[in-house]
Formats: sequence, structure tokens, C-alpha cells
Amino acid sequence: MIPLLEVHNCRQAYHKDSSADLVVLDNVELTLQEGEIVGLLGRSGSGKSTLLRIVAGLLQPTSGEVLWRGLPLHGPAAGVAMVFQSFALFPWLTVEENVELGLEALGIGRKERANRAEAAIDLIGLGGFESAYPKELSGGMRQRVGLARALVVQPELLLMDEPFSALDVLTAETLRTDLIDLWSERKLPIKSILMVTHNIEEAVLMCDRILVFSSNPGRVASEIRVNFPHPRDRHDPAFRQMVDDIYALMTRRTPTPLVAITSPAAAAGFATPLHPVNTNLLAGLLETIAAAPYVGKADLPALADDLQMELDELFPLGEVLHLLQFAVLEEGDIRLLEAGHAFVDADTDTRKHQFAAALRAHVPLIAAIRRTLDERWNHRAPALRFRDELEDHMSPDYADETLRAVISWGRYGELFSYDEESDQFSLEDIDAPT
Amino acid sequence: MAHSTLPTILGGKRLPNIWDVIALICVFGGLIALAHSARGTLVPLDALEATAINLDPWSLPDYALRTTLRMFAALAASLLFTFTYAPLAAKSRRAGLIMIPILDILQSVPILGFLTFTIAFFMSLFPGKVMGLELAAIFAIFTSQAWNMAFSFYQSLTTLPGDLEEACRCFRLTAWQRFWRLEVPFAMPGLVWNTMLSMSAGWFFVVASEAITLGDNNWKLPGIGSYVSTALDKRDVGAVAWAILTMLIVILAYDQLLFRPLVAWSAKFRFESTAGAVAGDPWMLRLIRRTHVLRVTGEAVGGVFNRLGGLRIRMPHWRYYRPAAPAKLGDAVFGALVTCGVGYALWAVVVYIAAELSWGDVAETVLLGFVTLLRVALLMVLSSLIWVPIGVWLGLRPAWARRVQPIAQFLAAFPANLLFPPFVIVIVAFHLNTDIFLTPLMVLGTQWYILFNVIAGAAAFPGDLQEAARNFRIGGLLWWRRVMLPGVLPYFITGAITASGGSWNAAIVAEVASWGDDKLAAHGLGSYIAQATDRGAFHQIVLGVVVMSLFVVLCNRFFWRPIYAYTSRRATLS
Repeated sequence: MIPLLEVHNCRQAYHKDSSADLVVLDNVELTLQEGEIVGLLGRSGSGKSTLLRIVAGLLQPTSGEVLWRGLPLHGPAAGVAMVFQSFALFPWLTVEENVELGLEALGIGRKERANRAEAAIDLIGLGGFESAYPKELSGGMRQRVGLARALVVQPELLLMDEPFSALDVLTAETLRTDLIDLWSERKLPIKSILMVTHNIEEAVLMCDRILVFSSNPGRVASEIRVNFPHPRDRHDPAFRQMVDDIYALMTRRTPTPLVAITSPAAAAGFATPLHPVNTNLLAGLLETIAAAPYVGKADLPALADDLQMELDELFPLGEVLHLLQFAVLEEGDIRLLEAGHAFVDADTDTRKHQFAAALRAHVPLIAAIRRTLDERWNHRAPALRFRDELEDHMSPDYADETLRAVISWGRYGELFSYDEESDQFSLEDIDAPT
Repeated sequence: MAHSTLPTILGGKRLPNIWDVIALICVFGGLIALAHSARGTLVPLDALEATAINLDPWSLPDYALRTTLRMFAALAASLLFTFTYAPLAAKSRRAGLIMIPILDILQSVPILGFLTFTIAFFMSLFPGKVMGLELAAIFAIFTSQAWNMAFSFYQSLTTLPGDLEEACRCFRLTAWQRFWRLEVPFAMPGLVWNTMLSMSAGWFFVVASEAITLGDNNWKLPGIGSYVSTALDKRDVGAVAWAILTMLIVILAYDQLLFRPLVAWSAKFRFESTAGAVAGDPWMLRLIRRTHVLRVTGEAVGGVFNRLGGLRIRMPHWRYYRPAAPAKLGDAVFGALVTCGVGYALWAVVVYIAAELSWGDVAETVLLGFVTLLRVALLMVLSSLIWVPIGVWLGLRPAWARRVQPIAQFLAAFPANLLFPPFVIVIVAFHLNTDIFLTPLMVLGTQWYILFNVIAGAAAFPGDLQEAARNFRIGGLLWWRRVMLPGVLPYFITGAITASGGSWNAAIVAEVASWGDDKLAAHGLGSYIAQATDRGAFHQIVLGVVVMSLFVVLCNRFFWRPIYAYTSRRATLS
């Protein structure tokens, strides 16, 4: 039997004039059979949303093959509908008009449109809200409209892009169970679901198969089958074990890419994108791990649960601590190192010095900026030149993020000042190095 | 339900009420008036010259109607232009490269200076017919309305929310459906607001363009503008007063009957997912909703539009995938063509001017440009000094702001050139210095933009910041410098840009004035262009307009734009 969807050797890269292409997805294989829910799990920036958009026909892959029911895909296919993270409802259309939108595009008559929309609205639990405008609805109800709008065109494949991540915990849970119930009772017209998520528990709760993505470039790192019957119990030890295993898998250090280091900038460590995480959060996390009950070592799922943080929020923090060698990430755990303990014990001023020292030792970009400023007679340097160098190695968005991270950390560590108006680094208000 | 099977017209709630009768009378009255006015456009020019403008106040309603019809004819043309030009510029990258700068320049060009050329053009289209003059007048109004409407539409089209755009593609809406379901609704609030501003500008030009002088020829189209100019020629103070009163009524009517309801209605399309504070509906919108005939008509029109928008019409160039890399060869060819075109145009302008004029003339106009620039700058400073404190005072008192805001907007819409005669009478009577005392006329109509923008800014100033300022006992100059001025700065700049642009345009009619046989003129680029127009000196007009355009464009590029960018980065309260 022909699979519903096949993606072969898919590669997505953004062309850069100055240097090598920026690869977002590399060598991705995906096959979707009828009757399964498949989850794409990964950190932000791992290319999972890009893959979803390629499957949706919204984006053309740089190379590789996408087959829909055995035929090459050219643009959005009939039989594929999408649910958006931001709901993507038209604020000037009522619930009913929003739901009818896809039917209108299919050229279906008014009467049948109304009937089918009504049925979908009732199925998804929106009855009574037909004439409401989206802005009158809560987030959960809005996403129900998004679901009804996708289901009403009777797609064979339903695509969901982090459909519950904009909702609060309780609402998200209700919506997940409602959807899974409808799916298990075979009340949905769809044959398969492909969903993107960064929430590990959500993936284990809903999916039959999980593809775990690694970042930079996005690749399918591993594939996990979830064989628990629905409805699934979060507190089942086997369930918990699987969540733990996936955490371990995702924190495992990806081996340094074996690509030969060609440019001096890459050698200087300019090629690593940085996330601008808040220094207060870093300090808070170090203190939490140092204190009871963790006393220096914490299990990431437990820590995430305790701090009510999503994987996507916790991971970048852990990675920065790892980078600065305040802690190490290993097998789903985070463990404080000596520098981390020293930081927790220090007062505010000492902390700044320790942070500054760690930045200069382990973040080559920051070290380079400071060195440049020290060397210049006027102690000033345009940020543009560092941005340009970064953009040789990453997309402009990432370069921007990295620079923001560097600015915020450098300011906290009092290594340099930054003036937004002139886009310049300087040593103004910085005490001379002692 | 049993009731729903009855035809809607028989439903108990749909029985005609007294409002239906009134509405019907209005509709038929409007149709008859329209037919009457339209008949006048096909008569020969000689007939127009035979029927002089009548200064009897009772002929004013008829003149007002004709003037208003010209306005709406121009508005229809502007909408048509907006709905074709902007999508074209937004959808085609190459077209956008050239079309948007053109729009930007057209926005800053003094339109009144071009009147002469457009009249000649339209007269040649309909030789000997009033139609040519009518079209020229309508075109003048059109040029004062169309650019910012098209610009607003273009800006909306290029800032469509990404997720809605993806949803449209994902659900495979055709380009036509997408246009009516996503693009037009998204652009609606901005478009309605800009249409309102355009109409305000239009009143100014309709008054200026009805009485047309071209060399020795002098025509007066029946309308309020001609009425005023005739009254000026005949030194009839009473007639001027009547004209001002009529205009007040007309603008009040169009504001209340058309734009208040439109603005309130367009709030439905505002792109924000939270339910904001809902202001009360204007009375006209309530009337439409309560009057059954009007409502049913409105629903029927809406239904037709809805169906039309839902049609699966495909348009050419519909691509599912965005092109990965732009075609370089095509770009090169396109670039070369544009360069040739621009080069040729420049050459043509230079040759045309050089045929009659020397470098001395150029230097003279540039000098006069600086005189007018000095005027505009001084007036901006003066009106800011007056209106910013008043606007802040009003804006911080919501009860006052609510009452004054509509009045300020109304004053901005009032054609200031109607108010010139009283000034002129005083200047003539007391033999005042024209260089100084004609100057305030330039901001007569445009200063209100500063006022109502500052009121809006002060009203939007966050309460917690006010409380913090009070808590730290910040007062006096410090309060202005650190608290309030930065808070209203983005609003003030928006108002000042509109006001200064309008003042440049007004210079052409404000630097010259007449009262009977007394002709007043101030030194400046505006009077240079106006006097050249009177003499029918085309070469001078072209030179004057080119220099003035340059001044306006350079001011925008090197003064307003950097300031605006700075304030929106620094002083925007989020």
C-alpha cells in the first residue's frame, strides 16, 4: 500500500552570498502511514516547523522529494489541513465564517457549506458560538475553531504546529484529551495526524511515533515508537520512563560536527548561535539546583515540573550554564560544577566578576569584542562588524539573537557598554580592568 | 421554527417604520439632485460663460451640492486607483521598486501647481465642453486624495499577518478570495482613516480648483469655490459669510452621515485579538441599524460583496511557492529600462526649463524656496508652542478631550481657503506688511493636525507613569522635559509631518490673495508659482513646482523621516 506521505532526503537551506548556505534541515526522511499520529519533537530551531511547512506545501524544499499519496507535491494539497500555533483566525469573520473558509475555497455551495460547518462546530464542542467573533472567545475556544476549520474540509492528513503551546496548562490538557477521544472513537474524518511539539509529555501522550530532531542543522536524531493504548496515564511508570529517556536523549551532547573548520572565525567560536537568556534566570536556576532537594544535581523532567517550565525554556538555560562551565548537562540530568557552587555562594559584585571571567574564558565572541575595545584608542567598536561576521555562519535572525545575548551578558558582567542608537560597543562606564 | 419559513419581508419586525419613510425621501431626493447636476456637465463651454455665478445665498445649496458631487466623484476615482495601484506595487517586486518611490514623490508634490497642465490636458480631451473643466477639477481633487490612500493600502498589503497568509495558502484560497477575505479587511481601518484625511484635503482643493484661470481665460464652474472667488472679486462680505456657513453645514453633514459611521464600522476589522474598549456607536450607524429599509439594503449589499469575494476567480501569476532567488537577468534589464526612463525624463525637464530660463531664474526660485521654508518652519514652531500645551492639557482631561477631539478633526477638514477673505480684508484695510501677515494663512487649516494628534497622545499616556511622576513630585519644566513631551512625541511628530506637508501646498494659495482689485502677494515660492499660473508662464510653473517638490522631498528625507524613526524607536510606549 502506498504511504500517505513520504519525504525523502529532504534538505532546506537558505542561500547566502558571502559564504556557505545556512542549512536548516538536512537529509530528513519521513514516512507517514494511515492511522497513525506522528510527533516531530525538538528544540526551537531544529527545523521541525520548517518540515511541517514543507509537508503542507507552503514551502518548497531546497532539494529532496515530497510524495503525497505517491505523487510529487506541488503546493498545498487538497486533503491536507493545518492547525496553527497562533490559531490564525480571521478576526473579521465569525466562528462559522472562519470554519466555512476552506469550503468556500473548494467552491462548495452555500447550503452544504452551512451544513458541514454546523456539523464540524458541533463535533468540536463549539455549538452556540457560531455567530461569535474570535476576539470574544478564550484561547481554548479559539483553537477549537482552528480545529473545526481544519476538520471541516475532511482532510486525510491533519497537520498541527504546536497547537497547544499558546494555551494554559489546563485548557491544553482538555483539548488534547478531547482530540484523542475523537480520534480513538474514529469520529474524525482524518487518516493521520502529523504534529510539531517541543513538549515531551505531550508527544508521549498523543503520538504513536515520535521523531526526535537535533539542531544545527535539523536532523532526525532518533525515532521512538509509543505503544501505550489510549487513554494514556501520565503517572504510569512506563510512561514516566519514556519521558525520562527522551529527556536523556535530547540532552545528550551531539558530537561536534566533523565538518572541517575552514575559517578563522569558526575557529574563534563565532559559529555557535547563542540564546539571549536572562541572567536572573541563570542565577535563579543555579540557586535552585544548589539548594535542597537537588543539592547540586537535578533530574531535568523533575526540575521542569518543579519550576513549571517548558522544555524549551529550561534547555537554553542549562545549555548556557554548560557553556560557561557552571554546570554540565548529561543524560537528562544537570550537575553543578565548582564554578557554579562558587557563584551561588558569592555576593552580587563577586558574582559579576565570576560571570565576566566565565564569559571571557568560554564565549570567544565576547572575548573578541572586549579585546577589540581594549586595543582601540577610543575604546569603541561598531556592532555591525561582529554582526557581519556572525552572519557568515548563521541566519540574520540567529545572528541578531546571538548579538542580543552577548550584549545582555556583557552588560551584566560589566565587560562593555552598548549604545543602541549608534549600534556601538564601548568601554564607557566600565571600570578599567584591574 | 415555524416563523423562519415566512418571507423575511412579512416578518413582524420588518414592517416599515417612520424612519423608512424618511430614508426613502432622502434616497429619492439624492437621486434627483444627482441627475440635475450631471446634466450640467455636457453643456458647451459658451453656456458656462453665459451663466455667471449668482451671489444670491439661495443658490448656495445648489452650488454646495455640485461641489460635494465633485468630491465624491474624485473619491470614487481615488478608490479605484488605490485598489489597482497598491496591489500591483505590493505583488510585483519589480513594479514595487519603481511604483512606491513614485507614490512617495507624488505625495510631496504641490498639487496646485499642476492644475494648469491638467486643465490643458482635459480641455483637449473634451474641446469646447464643460466636461473637460469638470474632469480637470475632479482630477485636482483626486490628486489630493489618492496617494495617501494608496500608500496606506500598500502598507497593509505588505504587513499582512504571516499566519493568516499561511492559512489562506493552506486552505487553497484563490488570489481573488484571498484579496477579499484577507487583504481588503486587514487594510480597512487604515484605509478608512486615510480616506477621511484625504477628504479633508480634498475640500481645500475643490474650492481652489473650481475657479480656473489659464492665461487670459477665466472659467468658473458652478460651486462653492467659484462663489467665493466671485464674492472676492465683487467685494461682497455677506456672500463670503454665507459661503463659509454653507461649507460648515456641508462638512458637518458629511462628517456625521458618512465618516463617523464608517470609522466605527471599520473598527470591526481592526487586527487585535483582544476585545478592546468599545466606544458608543455614532448616531448615524445606530440609525442605519434601526431603520429596516436601510439595514436590509446594507445587508443585501454586504451579501453581494460577500458572494463576489467568495468566487473562485483565479488570477494570473498565482504561485504556491515563493521564488527562492530573484532572477538576476530580469532585474538587470528592468534596472536598465528604469534608468533610461528616468534619464530621459530628467533630460526633458531640463531642456524644457532651459529653453526659456537661465541659471539666474533657478537661483531665484531656490532663494524663494528658502523664504517659504523659513515661513513653514516658523509656523511649525509657533503652532507647536501654542497647541502642544493646550493639547496636553485637554488630553489629560478625558471629559474635555472627548468633546474637543471631534471639533479639532472637524476644523482640520474645513477648507481653510474659505477663511482667507476676512484676513485679506483686514490686511487691505490696515495696509499691513504682506510678507508677515499673509503667513499665518498657511497653517490656518493644517495646525489642527498638531492639536488633535497631541490630544490623542496625551489621552493615551499611561496612568501609572503619571502617578509615578506625581509620586516623585516631578513638576514644572522637568515634568514637560522628562515625562510629558517624550510621551506625546510620536503623536506630535505624526501631526507635525501632516501639518508641514499641508502648509507647503497651502503656500501656493496663501502667499497671494486678492480683494476686488487689490492684489496682495508675499515673497515666496508659492506666490511665484501662483503668479506664473496667472500669466500662463508654463516654463516658470515647471521650474517652481520642481523646486518646491525638491524642497518638500528633502525636508521629508533629511528632517522628518530621521526624527520619526528616532521617536518611534525611543519614545514609543508599549
